Amino acid sequence: MAETRNSADLAATMYDGARETTHSASAPHSGKAENGTAGIRLDIRVQTERIDAGAVTSALAAPGAVGALVTFTGYCRDEGGRLKALELEHYPGMAERQIAKIAREAATRWPILGCAAIHRYGLIAPGEEIVLVACSSAHRGAAFEAASFLMDFMKTSAPFWKREHLVDGTMGGWVEAKDTDDAAADRWHRL
Amino acid sequence: MKLAYFAWVRERIGIAEEEVALPAGIVTVGDLLHWLKGRGETYDAALQAPEIIRVAIDHEHVDHSEPLGGAREVAIFPPMTGG
Repeated sequence: MAETRNSADLAATMYDGARETTHSASAPHSGKAENGTAGIRLDIRVQTERIDAGAVTSALAAPGAVGALVTFTGYCRDEGGRLKALELEHYPGMAERQIAKIAREAATRWPILGCAAIHRYGLIAPGEEIVLVACSSAHRGAAFEAASFLMDFMKTSAPFWKREHLVDGTMGGWVEAKDTDDAAADRWHRL
Repeated sequence: MKLAYFAWVRERIGIAEEEVALPAGIVTVGDLLHWLKGRGETYDAALQAPEIIRVAIDHEHVDHSEPLGGAREVAIFPPMTGG
C-alpha cells in the first residue's frame, strides 16, 4: 500500500467498506465493531467508563489474518502524590470524528487489519487508564508504527483538555500542551 | 453563528457557547478572533495570545486564514492535551 499524505477523506473512500462504531456516553458498550467485508475493523469510542482492554484486544485479534497486535495504554500519573484526579474535557462530536479520521489516515499508511482508539473523559484517578490504542496487522511492523502514529495524533489533534484536581482539595491548572508532542506528531509528515 | 468555547478559553470568557451575529467585514477565522477579543475584558483575557488559539469549523480543524463561509458552529479552544 502506498503511503500517502492525502486527507482522511481519501482514506474514507478507500476504506468505504470499513465499519466503525462510535459510542456516546449515554450508550456505553452498546455494540462492538464488526468486520467489514471489504475493510478494516475500527472501534472508536469516547466514554466515561473504564476501558476493558482485554475485550478490546480480543476482538481485534479474532482468528484470521491477524499475526500481530500492538496496544498502548495511557494512564493517569499521581504526580508524586500531588494529584487527586485529572479532569478530561472534550468536544463531543468532534472528538469522535477526529479520532476516526486519524484511524482512517493510519489505514492509508499501513496495512492494518484493525484499529481501536478509545479515549475517556470526566474525572480519572491516578492509576486509571485515560486512553487505549490498539492496532492489528499481519506482521508486527505495521501494527507498531500505526499505533505510534495514532497515539501521536490523538494527543495533538483530538479535542481533549486535561485539568488537575489536587489532593489538598484545590483545583490545579490546565495541563499545558508540550512541544515534544507536536514534534512527535510532526515527524510523521516527513516520512 | 454558534460559537463554542472549551477549556481555559471557556473559563475565561465565562460561557460555554453563544449565538452571535457577525458584523460586516468579518471574513476569516482570524477576523473573528480579533473581533471577539474586542468584545470585553473576559474575551480579551481568553484571546490575549490569539496565535496559540485553535479553531474548528463544524468539527474540522482550520487555520486562522480560513474563510468562515457558511460555518454553522465555530469552536475556539487552547492547544489540545488529550492522550
